[in-house]
Amino acid sequence: MSQIIKLTTPLTDEAVASLKSGDQVSISGELYTARDAAHKRLVDLLDQGKPLPFDPKGAVIYYVGPSPAKPGRVVGSAGPTTSYRMDAYAERLMEVGMKGMIGKGKRAPDVVDAMIKHKAVYFAAIGGAAALIARSIKSVEVVAYEDLGPEAVRRMIVEDFQAVVINDIQGADLYQMGQEKYRIA
Amino acid sequence: MQNQMYYQVAENERVGLAVMREIDVTEIIEAVRQMSQTANTDLGKDVIRAFERGQETEESSTGKAIFKALIENAMIARDEKVPMCQDTGFSVVFVDLGQDVHLVGGSLEAAINEGVRRGYEEGFLRKSICDPFTRANTKDNTPAVVITQIVDGDRVKLTMAPKGGGSENMARVTMLTPSGGKKAVMDFIVQRCQEAGSNPCPPVIVGAAVGGTPEKAAILAKRTLLREIGSQNPDPELAQMEAELLTRINNLGMGPQGLGGRNYALAVHLDKHPCHIATLPLAVQICCHASRHKETIL
Ligand code: SF4
Repeated sequence: MSQIIKLTTPLTDEAVASLKSGDQVSISGELYTARDAAHKRLVDLLDQGKPLPFDPKGAVIYYVGPSPAKPGRVVGSAGPTTSYRMDAYAERLMEVGMKGMIGKGKRAPDVVDAMIKHKAVYFAAIGGAAALIARSIKSVEVVAYEDLGPEAVRRMIVEDFQAVVINDIQGADLYQMGQEKYRIA
Repeated sequence: MQNQMYYQVAENERVGLAVMREIDVTEIIEAVRQMSQTANTDLGKDVIRAFERGQETEESSTGKAIFKALIENAMIARDEKVPMCQDTGFSVVFVDLGQDVHLVGGSLEAAINEGVRRGYEEGFLRKSICDPFTRANTKDNTPAVVITQIVDGDRVKLTMAPKGGGSENMARVTMLTPSGGKKAVMDFIVQRCQEAGSNPCPPVIVGAAVGGTPEKAAILAKRTLLREIGSQNPDPELAQMEAELLTRINNLGMGPQGLGGRNYALAVHLDKHPCHIATLPLAVQICCHASRHKETIL
């Protein structure tokens, strides 16, 4: 396994450009959480020419709906949700500066093209390793859409959040590369 | 006179009922409440053993690291009593109700829903059930999906099997052409896994049922996911198909999390049921590595 690359958010264009599909990364800094219901509202705001409830420049969005935090904890279990449900909205957020997305599962070809165009990357975290991932989340606050419950937009401060680069800005795809390597015809 | 007759009938009924075992539904509420929590925090030993085997046999170093992380995740969940996955699922409850049982004190479904309500609230589990159109959350993870079958005897077996949305979205029911036979069945299952790819959080357990009617096949396929990983299918023909399918699916090379490797599926579980002369129904239900199910017998 390659060496782990340390990243801090917000992501710069240089940091994004240096990443390659298959790179293991450790992310520290802030992440914003959003699932489909929140994405719909965010894109509605953009359609109306209104500002987003957070600064999208260099932002990394984590597709997650955590379980409720037990007393004395900052967050419940918090692993990634399946990303294709956000495909319809992803390019709109890239247009306003979003640089990274964290989820699980393949993205649509037009999202991969948009990542090349807007210089953004897509990371995967281990789907279902939610109790383990929660250990890297140091604080959480709701920034918008509290009524959406687990689907509200939250600002998370993370330390050493482990992920892998799936799609880089050259359009490479780790899912495809990995599978080709191990396929037995 | 009339009164007396009425009394006699009632008396006879009581005699008839004497062989019925009474179970108060509060016992069901309590069992479901507990299992909602334990299913979500305490992963089955068979699954953990399968992770350990995966960690040994996996050729990809990333894949090995994923198995290691999944074992660690399961240990944290068990020790700290937190859900292994944030998606604590749709509460699917199988009820095998003995025909000599008389439930008292309320309705079965209401009791199950009350157990889910309490278990999910007290256990800090995520409430993930919503209206299909407005998407408004029911806020207590109810209603549960209750799959009841009446069986012999005077016991009630309850199985709580929370199922996450990511792997559920990969399920399919199809009506194949009978002439396609076994080959069409196997090809469809392999194809389904290929299309599902990384979405259902591999390593997965693939459950499939052939025959019956479309709804029968779907329920049988779901039930196969309750089978212990590594257990032998009693039907030799199905056992052979399971082995062949497991090899074919894993030869696709998708591996843990779909990142490439040898272990995409931990097991394939099949069932079959007679079908109509004109049909060949097939249901495929994929279960993620958070393969959760707990059982209580009352
Ligand atoms: S598919 Fe399973 S492991 Fe993955 S997020 Fe959903 S419930 Fe969790």
